[in-house]
Amino acid sequence: MRTVYAITGGVSKFVKARHDKTFQAVVKEAYDYAIQDISLDHKTFTHLVDGSVASYFSDHFTRQLMAGIMVQDYLGLTPKPGHRVEGGGATGGICFQEAWKSVASGHMDICVAYGFETMSHVETWKGNEFIALASDVSFDYPVGGFYSGYYAMMVTRHMKEFGTTVEQMAAVSVKNHLNAYHNPYAQKRDRFTIQDVRNAPMVAWPLTRLDICVMSDGAAAVIFASEEGLRRLEDAGARIARPLVKVSGIGRGTDAMRMADRPHVDYDDFMQNYATQQERGSDETRTYYRRLWDHGTRYPGVHSFRAGRTAGNMAYKMAGIADPLKDLDFVELHDAYTSSEIQTYEDLGLCRYGEGGPFAASGKAFMPGIDYGLELPAPPVCPVNPSGGLIACGHPVGATGLMQGVFALWQLQGSLARHFNDSTLQVQNARRGAIHSHAGTGTYVTVSILEKV
Amino acid sequence: MAELPTQRDETLGGYIVHGVPFPLSSDPEALAFLKKLAPIQIEQEYKITYLHSYGQDSPWFAGLSNRRLLANQVPTSGYTYAMPRGHDAYSGEETAWIDITDRPASVHAFTVCYFGSQEFLPETPYVLAMIEFEGVNTLLLSRLMGVDPQQPSLDWIGMRVNPRFLRNSKLKPTDVYFIPA
Repeated sequence: MRTVYAITGGVSKFVKARHDKTFQAVVKEAYDYAIQDISLDHKTFTHLVDGSVASYFSDHFTRQLMAGIMVQDYLGLTPKPGHRVEGGGATGGICFQEAWKSVASGHMDICVAYGFETMSHVETWKGNEFIALASDVSFDYPVGGFYSGYYAMMVTRHMKEFGTTVEQMAAVSVKNHLNAYHNPYAQKRDRFTIQDVRNAPMVAWPLTRLDICVMSDGAAAVIFASEEGLRRLEDAGARIARPLVKVSGIGRGTDAMRMADRPHVDYDDFMQNYATQQERGSDETRTYYRRLWDHGTRYPGVHSFRAGRTAGNMAYKMAGIADPLKDLDFVELHDAYTSSEIQTYEDLGLCRYGEGGPFAASGKAFMPGIDYGLELPAPPVCPVNPSGGLIACGHPVGATGLMQGVFALWQLQGSLARHFNDSTLQVQNARRGAIHSHAGTGTYVTVSILEKV
Repeated sequence: MAELPTQRDETLGGYIVHGVPFPLSSDPEALAFLKKLAPIQIEQEYKITYLHSYGQDSPWFAGLSNRRLLANQVPTSGYTYAMPRGHDAYSGEETAWIDITDRPASVHAFTVCYFGSQEFLPETPYVLAMIEFEGVNTLLLSRLMGVDPQQPSLDWIGMRVNPRFLRNSKLKPTDVYFIPA
C-alpha cells in the first residue's frame, strides 16, 4: 500500500433544512471550499482529479435513486470514475476509507470523497421511520422501530451492569454542545447544564432530547493524494499545507443487524479475540475483566460494540498505536447518543469496558481552556469530539464521517482557527487523531487514524 | 409549574399557490432578480404496498398465530437463536425448529418510548424489551406490557416474564408480547 495524504477538505454548514439549494449544490459548497483551500481553480482541479467516491445513506429521504451520479455530474466530474458507498450511519467513514483505498492501491493518485444527506424533505417522525427501516423489517421495525429506543435499551443494560449514570451521559451532552459553541459549522451551539439535559423532553428512557443528535442537511468533502498526486497538484500551482497529514491506519468491523442476535462470549474468547493489546498486557486489567465476567458480564451483549472494538484494534495495529489514550491527541467519534459516546470510549480502548461512565465525567475527554461549568476531577488528556460531534454539529448521515475527516485534518494542519475564525477548539500540537464512524446498532464501524508527517 | 408550549406542531401541508412570483419582463436585470427568489417546495406523495415474504422464517410467524414461540437450534452444537435464523453463523449448518414457549424468560434490557417513528407515534408510550430465555444463546426484541410506562426502573431488568399472544394474529412479531410473570 502506498502512503496516502489527506490534503484538503470542506464542510457545508450543517442546518435543519437547506431548502435554498438542491443536494448537488450543497455538496458543491464543501467541494469548492476544499479546492479553494489549496488555491486551485475548478478547471485545474477537475483536470487533475482521477475520480471520486460518493457517500449518502438513504434513497428515501430525497425519493431519488442514484443521487450520487447527480452530484458527480453537477461537480463536473463526469466521465471520471466514481461510485456510491452505503453503510448506514458509517457511510461517511466507509467513503473516507474507500477513497483512501483508491489511492493506496495505486488505482488513483488523486481521489475526492464527497458525502451529503438531505433529511429535511420529510417530517422528523417520518425521518425516524426511514432511519428505523435500517433495522430488520421482519423482526425489529414492526415491534416499534425507533433508533433512539434501540440505543436506550443498550443504555439500561449498561447502567444495570456497570452502574453508569444519566448524569455521566449528560456530561457528554454539555461538553459537545459547548465545544460546538466555537464551531461555526455546527447546527446546535449551546451552553447547557446537566440539569438542562435531564429536564429536556424524555424521548426513550433514559435518553432525553439533549442526549440525542438531530437530523440535518449538509455535505462534506475530503481530497486524498499519493506522492505522485501531490506532485501533480503542486506542479499545477496548488499550495498544500505543510506538514502533510497522512492516513496511517484504517480499520472496520461489523456485527449482526438484529441487536438481539449479538453473542455473549466468555472471558477467554473476549481476551483472545477482542481485548486491546494494552488490556492483554496488563495483569491488573485481566483481573478486572475476570471479576466482571464472574459477576455475569458477557461480551458484547447489547451494552458494547464489538464492531467498534474490531475496527479500533485493526486501525491501531496498522498505525502502531499501543495506548490509544496516550497515543491519540484527539478523537472525533460517532456520538449519535451521549450513551454511544460512552460505549465508544470503551470500544476504542480510551478506558476499559464498564468504565466509560466515570471516564465521561472525569474531564479527560474535555477540551482544555473551556469552562464547562462542571467540576471535572481530571485535566484533559485526549479531547473527544472537540468539534461538538454529531450531538451538536448535526448528523446529515452521508456527510458526517467525512465532516470528522475534515475537522481532524484541520486539527493536524493546525489550521482550525483559520477555518473556524476561532482558535478555542484547536488542540495544541496535535500530532495524531482518530475518526470513528458507526452504523445501525453497531453493524458497521470504521476507525481511521490521521497523522502529521 | 410545567413549561407551557410556545409553538404549535408543524405539518407539511400549506397553502397551494396559484400564481408564482416571476419578473414581468425577461431583460437581464429582471432575470438577475430570480437569484433572490425563495425556493419553491412542492408536496410529493409516495405510497407503496409490498408483498413481503418471511421466507424460511415463516414457521416462526405460523407458531405465533398458534400461540407457540419457536426458536432455531443448531443440531450439532445446540446453539440456540431466539429470533429465527435458517443457518448458523458459526458452522454454516442449517438450524432446526424448537418450541421455547414455556421456557423461563426475563427482561435483559428495556426502554420506554415516549416518541417514536411516525407509524408508532399513536402507540406511545410503549415499552420495548430484550427478552432472554433459559438455555437460549441470543435475545428476542419484543414489547413489554403490565408495567407503568411513567415509572420506568432499572429493577425491571431481571424481572421474570411470560409470553402472551394476540388472539387474532397479524402475522407480525408483535403477535407475541410479554407480561410480568
